Amino acid sequence: MILISILVLGGLGLVFGLFLTFSAKKFHVERDPRIEKILEVLPMANCGGCGAPGCEPFAEGVVAGKYPVNGCVVGGQEVADKIAAILGVEAAAVVPKVAVVQCLGDRETAKRFAEYTGIKTCKALDLIGGDKGCVYGCLGLGDCVEACLFDAMYMGENGLPVVIEDKCTGCGECVRACPRGIMALVPKDAPIYLGCVSPERGKDVSDVCSRGCIGCSLCARVVPEGNITMEGYLPVIHYENVKNPEDLKPAVERCPTKTFVVRNLENVNV
Amino acid sequence: MKLLKFKGGVHPHDHKELSKSSQIMPVPAPEFVYVPLSQHTGAPSKPIVEKKAQVKKGTRLSEPVGFVSVPVHSPVSGTVMGIVPYYHPLGKKMDAIKIKVEGDEIEDGIGEERDYSNMKKEEMIEAIKMAGIVGLGGAAFPTHVKLSPPPDKPIDTVIINGAECEPYLTSDYRLMLERPDDIIKGTEIIRRILNPKRVVIGIEDNKPDAIQILREKVDGTGIEVVSLPARYPQGSEKQLIYAITGRKVPAGGLPFDVGCYVQNVGTAIAIYEALRFGKPLYERVVTITGGVNKPGNFLVPIGTPASHVIEQAGGVKGEVGKIIFGGPMMGLAQITDAVPVIKGTSGILIQLKNEVHIEDVYPCIRCSSCVDVCPMGLMPNMMEMLINAGKYEMAEKMGLMFCIECGCCSYVCPSKRPLVHTFKMGKREVLKRRKK
Repeated sequence: MILISILVLGGLGLVFGLFLTFSAKKFHVERDPRIEKILEVLPMANCGGCGAPGCEPFAEGVVAGKYPVNGCVVGGQEVADKIAAILGVEAAAVVPKVAVVQCLGDRETAKRFAEYTGIKTCKALDLIGGDKGCVYGCLGLGDCVEACLFDAMYMGENGLPVVIEDKCTGCGECVRACPRGIMALVPKDAPIYLGCVSPERGKDVSDVCSRGCIGCSLCARVVPEGNITMEGYLPVIHYENVKNPEDLKPAVERCPTKTFVVRNLENVNV
Repeated sequence: MKLLKFKGGVHPHDHKELSKSSQIMPVPAPEFVYVPLSQHTGAPSKPIVEKKAQVKKGTRLSEPVGFVSVPVHSPVSGTVMGIVPYYHPLGKKMDAIKIKVEGDEIEDGIGEERDYSNMKKEEMIEAIKMAGIVGLGGAAFPTHVKLSPPPDKPIDTVIINGAECEPYLTSDYRLMLERPDDIIKGTEIIRRILNPKRVVIGIEDNKPDAIQILREKVDGTGIEVVSLPARYPQGSEKQLIYAITGRKVPAGGLPFDVGCYVQNVGTAIAIYEALRFGKPLYERVVTITGGVNKPGNFLVPIGTPASHVIEQAGGVKGEVGKIIFGGPMMGLAQITDAVPVIKGTSGILIQLKNEVHIEDVYPCIRCSSCVDVCPMGLMPNMMEMLINAGKYEMAEKMGLMFCIECGCCSYVCPSKRPLVHTFKMGKREVLKRRKK
């Protein structure tokens, strides 16, 4: 009795084993071995920061030349070098980026026109125009915090999200989650960034927020030419043109609304 | 006689008694008006006036961009102060033409009676387009587009919508009482353009005096006046067509797919005024009601900030809880009273602080009340669940895009779930993904 069962099951095992061996050989798919090797060095967070839907499509894309070797924002220089070694090419320098909150309109500085009691997400609040007087500012319900894959954000007590820079990988998930474009990626060594996105005229901004950019263009005039230019009523910092971070100091110090946020710059008297 | 009924719907208290008996009063122009360039469904119009230009009442301020677009006109005489981003009832700030009001001059030729009996169909449609006429029921769909159905889909039934099912609002009701002749003349113009077999004016049976007046006036013209049971949303296009003709507009289709054409009574008057007096659409009747001292119906220049209109209605009775543009079911709550009245604003409802109930939201108990009342036959409970789970494609398959945002589901939900708000959010997300 036992013998029969052993024989039947063993026989079945043998038949299926042979079948599987045969099909593995017959239908073998040629796959670039480099993809496997690249997958081993990737962080496998599937964040989508590179533009691909996940790490595996990115690996395939890199081998096919669709994505740059230094495309993985989470891995940074280290991973880029490893991928370059696998592919036998030279990796371009990775500019590590970090997410910043381009709004300073917290509970004290920004006027609130209404009290919102509906669905507690920024997407829902944005539908009715927000509860602040400023219709461009941070909605403060934390869609970006929810979207962050690396626990690098939390909601501050003043109603604005805070980025923990050590944890932020610059994947851009928060940028995609924000319905108002408050979140942005800047180079990790950026000395300063602008804490306002309102494209409106000075008076309309100062009516609703005491820290909003009023578009006076003073900053563009006190720094070396090309470092800061005005686009409409908002200054744009051209990080690639900034030779010495100290050059930007006067812009920060003389900004009447103190809209610039200092990241890596010492001895600034604001 | 068969009962003129549609599926679903609710029966909220209509509160029309507040403003029902007050005559339409013109509102004097405020200090500044802000005329948004986008007041209709479709592409925003392109401004043709410069800063410091002198304009008169009825001066055209912009030109349409593309077919589904209409121009806007100056509601006042004065000086253009520039094109500025300004509050818009839809929540965003949008480009608006700011005009400082000076004097009370009117553009040449407006108000003179003219003979339109020899005008060709195309000429009439063009005149309606350039008068900036849109559907005044709320959606503000350009009227000339509706009047030009594709040739393979002839219109055989024209329905003039006097249902006004939204609680609190009485602007259409007052128009039917005060200007029935103009409504009929406007209807005759629509009849001449579309050449339908049947012309019906549909009115809810909670306005018996309006039905009676129009019945007397239509005598001998071949226009029917039908009394519809009062039930929200009776005035919604697709529900109205079903109640009157028994035809169902296919999912995602438009009324001309079933040979129908629906137009609000206010629009009929605007069409008549445009052809008879050359008067563009620069003012409209707005019901100001709720917690104001003198609720009533006012003829408001387009672009007047709500604060000015509320002042005309005697000011707010107490502390403001909510300012709603439109009625309580479909209206949009505003963050400030600086928002201007636009072509689609049929009413402004003020709710006082003690009238606004802030309810706790409970989990869905699957009672399916929302499914029972949905006039579009959708499943709001499932759609909400899918949207909250981020499954927008599935929600779209459940018919999310056919939701008319009437608010019946939110009204009956025993758990007080914000269903319509969720659907609006979901719709926006679906449209965003389609664009990509």
